[in-house]
Amino acid sequence: MQKFYSHISQIVGDVITVEAEHVGNGELAQVTTRRGTSLAQVIRLDGNRVFLQVFAGSRGISTGDTVRFLGHPMQIATGENLLGRIFNGSGRPLDHGPDLTDNLAEIGGPPVNPVKRIIPNKMIRTGIPMIDVFNSLVESQKLPVFSIAGEPYNELLARIATQAEVDIIILGGMGLKYDDYLFFRDTLEEHGALSRSIVFMHTAADPIVECLLVPDISLAVAEHFALSGKRVLVLLTDMSNFCDALKVIAITMEQIPSNRGYPGDLYSQLAARYEKAVDFEGAGSITVLAATTMPGDDVTHPIPDNTGYITEGQFYLKNGVIEPFGSLSRLKQQVNAHTRDDHRTIMDTMIQLFAEYRETREKQAMGFQMSAWDRKLLKYGALFEERMMSLAVNIPLEAALDLGWEILHDCFTPEETGIRRAIIEKYWPEKT
Amino acid sequence: MTATEKGRITRISGNMVTVRFATPVMQNEVAYILHGTERLKAEIIRVRGNLAELQVYEATGGLSIGEEVEFSGELLSVELGPGMLGQIFDGLQNPLPELARQCGFFLKRGVYLRALDGHRAWDFTPLAKPGDRVRAGDRIGSVVEGIFTHFCMVPFALQGTFEVVSVASPGQYTIRDTVARLKDPDGRIVPVTLSQHWPVKIPIRAYAEKLKPGEPLVTKMRLIDSLFPVARGGTYCIPGPFGSGKTVLQQLISRHAEVDVVVIAACGERAGEVVETLKTFPVITDPRTGLPLSDRTVIICNTSSMPVAARESSVYTAVTIAEYYRQMGLHVLLLADSTSRWAQAMREMSGRLEEIPGEEAFPAYLESHIASFYERAGVVRLHDGTLGSVTIGGAVSPAGGNFDEPVTQATLKVVGAFHGLSRSRSDARRYPAIDPLISWSKYRSFIDAGEKERAHAILRRGNDVAQMMKVVGEEGTSLSDYTDYLKAEFLDFVYLQQNAYDPVDEATTRERQEYVFSFISRLLASEFTFGDKDTALHFFQQLRQLFRGWNSAPWQSPEFAGAEQEIQALVQGRVTGG
Ligand SMILES: Nc1ncnc2c1ncn2[C@@H]1O[C@H](COP(=O)(O)OP(=O)(O)OP(=O)(O)O)[C@@H](O)[C@H]1O
Ligand SMILES: [Mg+2]
Repeated sequence: MQKFYSHISQIVGDVITVEAEHVGNGELAQVTTRRGTSLAQVIRLDGNRVFLQVFAGSRGISTGDTVRFLGHPMQIATGENLLGRIFNGSGRPLDHGPDLTDNLAEIGGPPVNPVKRIIPNKMIRTGIPMIDVFNSLVESQKLPVFSIAGEPYNELLARIATQAEVDIIILGGMGLKYDDYLFFRDTLEEHGALSRSIVFMHTAADPIVECLLVPDISLAVAEHFALSGKRVLVLLTDMSNFCDALKVIAITMEQIPSNRGYPGDLYSQLAARYEKAVDFEGAGSITVLAATTMPGDDVTHPIPDNTGYITEGQFYLKNGVIEPFGSLSRLKQQVNAHTRDDHRTIMDTMIQLFAEYRETREKQAMGFQMSAWDRKLLKYGALFEERMMSLAVNIPLEAALDLGWEILHDCFTPEETGIRRAIIEKYWPEKT
Repeated sequence: MTATEKGRITRISGNMVTVRFATPVMQNEVAYILHGTERLKAEIIRVRGNLAELQVYEATGGLSIGEEVEFSGELLSVELGPGMLGQIFDGLQNPLPELARQCGFFLKRGVYLRALDGHRAWDFTPLAKPGDRVRAGDRIGSVVEGIFTHFCMVPFALQGTFEVVSVASPGQYTIRDTVARLKDPDGRIVPVTLSQHWPVKIPIRAYAEKLKPGEPLVTKMRLIDSLFPVARGGTYCIPGPFGSGKTVLQQLISRHAEVDVVVIAACGERAGEVVETLKTFPVITDPRTGLPLSDRTVIICNTSSMPVAARESSVYTAVTIAEYYRQMGLHVLLLADSTSRWAQAMREMSGRLEEIPGEEAFPAYLESHIASFYERAGVVRLHDGTLGSVTIGGAVSPAGGNFDEPVTQATLKVVGAFHGLSRSRSDARRYPAIDPLISWSKYRSFIDAGEKERAHAILRRGNDVAQMMKVVGEEGTSLSDYTDYLKAEFLDFVYLQQNAYDPVDEATTRERQEYVFSFISRLLASEFTFGDKDTALHFFQQLRQLFRGWNSAPWQSPEFAGAEQEIQALVQGRVTGG
């Protein structure tokens, strides 16, 4: 069923209105202009007026251009043929390879029935103590990296991706700088991971609306692999650009903003994407790691705030390290009981002491006298920062736990740590 | 059945459709959009002229202008009867396990299954006899639903008095079978089955009177029960920024609280969290019954990526089911996580209706909706004199973690207790992160009022000293002030904080709370002599370590007694005058 219409009656922002009949909500259309063709999606129907969001933007669209409805919603090819390939935000090849049309799947498909999910239980080891010891990452987790622009969040994502044992890596870039893309590509290649990766890339130079599709496309492809038993890691960077695109469309559609111009459904929109992270009963899994840059380093900004309410924790990257406060893996307790029996003790104790160290640092900064206990804390804090927190550290979990005991032993007596005696007896280092 | 009335779609915006109709329609009437072979459920939420605006309980992709809509003439209702315990429903009461069997991994749009199993046979025992005069809510008979006697009641919708004409003899019946016949004053016969329907947005009021909540509801969370108690039939809220521990706290309470039935409304939150509950409850034994926890739990699950309109109705579905079990004389706890997502669902709809927005774009009726939801809690005396209760605990997820936002504020106006979680406490891993300096409760604790007040005073005092120390430093603080600070910290660490991942510490019985609280009370009331601050700090560090061991020792076990003795010995050496 192919229908052509050429009565574009309104162009506002990147949304055009055309008069047409028998059009489905969410249906895809092709807008042909002098500049070429662009995909567009139906976002509202009112009588015979059809509102379309044009992915390539409305620039250069004339009221006399034609709109052809395709009779189906947005679809994307799936399967093995995509491996090693690079596409743009609408799923068109960027690598001179062939256009793919096999195993088309609708994007933004229905939610998983919760009873078909399983409780996540496989730890993803990263070699980063701040993750493995304090906030273990778990297969099927959805977790953003919160940071201000300029922090090495893409490096962190790439490092986890190459170190994690997953079958397929999907990179969804939104407003990505070309340099960053090259960085990802080179890192994946260096680790021999490029041939099991798929890239959907929207760059900073591309039309803003096109970046709205990137998460849905990436996740639809991931879902297809996961259903066939694959463990998929999806990297989404930067989700703040996705949110800003949502804001632009909402304002164009004259929706009443709820908070700092962002639409009231920002939560539901983000949840629809992040909730695609899943461990299927009897099949594979999808793990989602995202970058969320925080305007003004403000966690209460609507983007990080709504994200934090949806995801299963967050890594807070600040001054080049993963901050223990503000970082959280909510799934850690699913796995850290089965690693080593001192894991939770080390995790809790070291963080509580580090919190005390931070207080002491404040006191020190205000010029207060340092007590004997303060001096112990200062020594501890310095060791912790250097040997645990630095992202240069790359050691297995068990070595990191041993290191934790060593640091505690170097700084404190057993009771000062507050650790229960049974555990002290088992793990407190003997040496003097 | 009359011929169904139909209308046609004139506008589609997100999950709202506008329908032109010709014959009368009713506010909140359920309608079905006929899309090919699919029938998508929707509810009328506004009528203007000959146009009705409907919120659609499904994704609206593919719908088009001119498609037919069928009006049902019914309000959105749930089916109430035996077989709900242990079930997992979505916000419209679709049984999710059965849906998974029929549709596989994904939730298929437009598939609605009967909430209760129509084939299962129940062992019926009659209670009423022919000639009895009965009214709505009176017991006709009973069946056994797991650990409970599930009463078959005169339908709540019946008004006035009825005469029992016949009651089925003892035996096996399904929810489809008629188990009794009633006669109204005009001689019309009303058949009664084991199940009945009830519109979710209307409270069930088939009881004699509503009473003031008084009895404490023991949650086994020390901080709550001892300092900020909840009453049976009362209401409370747990606002807190993301990651501060609302869900963990609700999960703990759903496992340990001393109530008969727990209804969990997972409203617009993570699916993963519900999965944890629904997979673990069948294998966790309820210490009180010796049976799986799932036998006394109903889960209503409309997680964040499920349709938003059904999220709005999910809290009503949950509270209606809670009220139903209350009618049987049971104590029910409803835990809603998170009421903010429900409020946001209202906001999304209000925005689509282009209503004049209030603060943060929430609709003007936000407050009244929140108030009438919590109003459905309560202790009631049934017509036969037995008591039943519904307690409601709602998590609130304030934007930016700021309690000055509309949902938190509207909730605080109506609830009886406020458990405010703070980011600084959760960052410092002081769990449960309920901030004792901002929280409050209007209900009575089982802890002696004077002792409780002293504990509050110690915490306030400790905080004052801590604030002062930030200005004058430790060296500018007197030893006695410093000791006060250490006492407050000690109380926080060993009593308020509770390790959710320690099998003993995760839940503390009323008996143990009373014992340990008064132990600590006495301890903190003693005068200590310390030579200097370092000695004081060291003493409290040692004490804290011993107490942690004590908290992990099973009640009245040899370890428990041993730890207590050690603590006493340590304290003895320090106390002046005792
Ligand atoms: N009582 C507790 N003991 C130990 N850890 C806890 C406790 N409460 C919370 N946590 C930790 O904090 C994490 C977040 O808690 P939770 O999921 O309950 O937060 P929340 O307030 O519900 O957040 P959101 O609003 O985003 O849903 C948990 O995954 C756990 O790691
Ligand atoms: Mg939560």
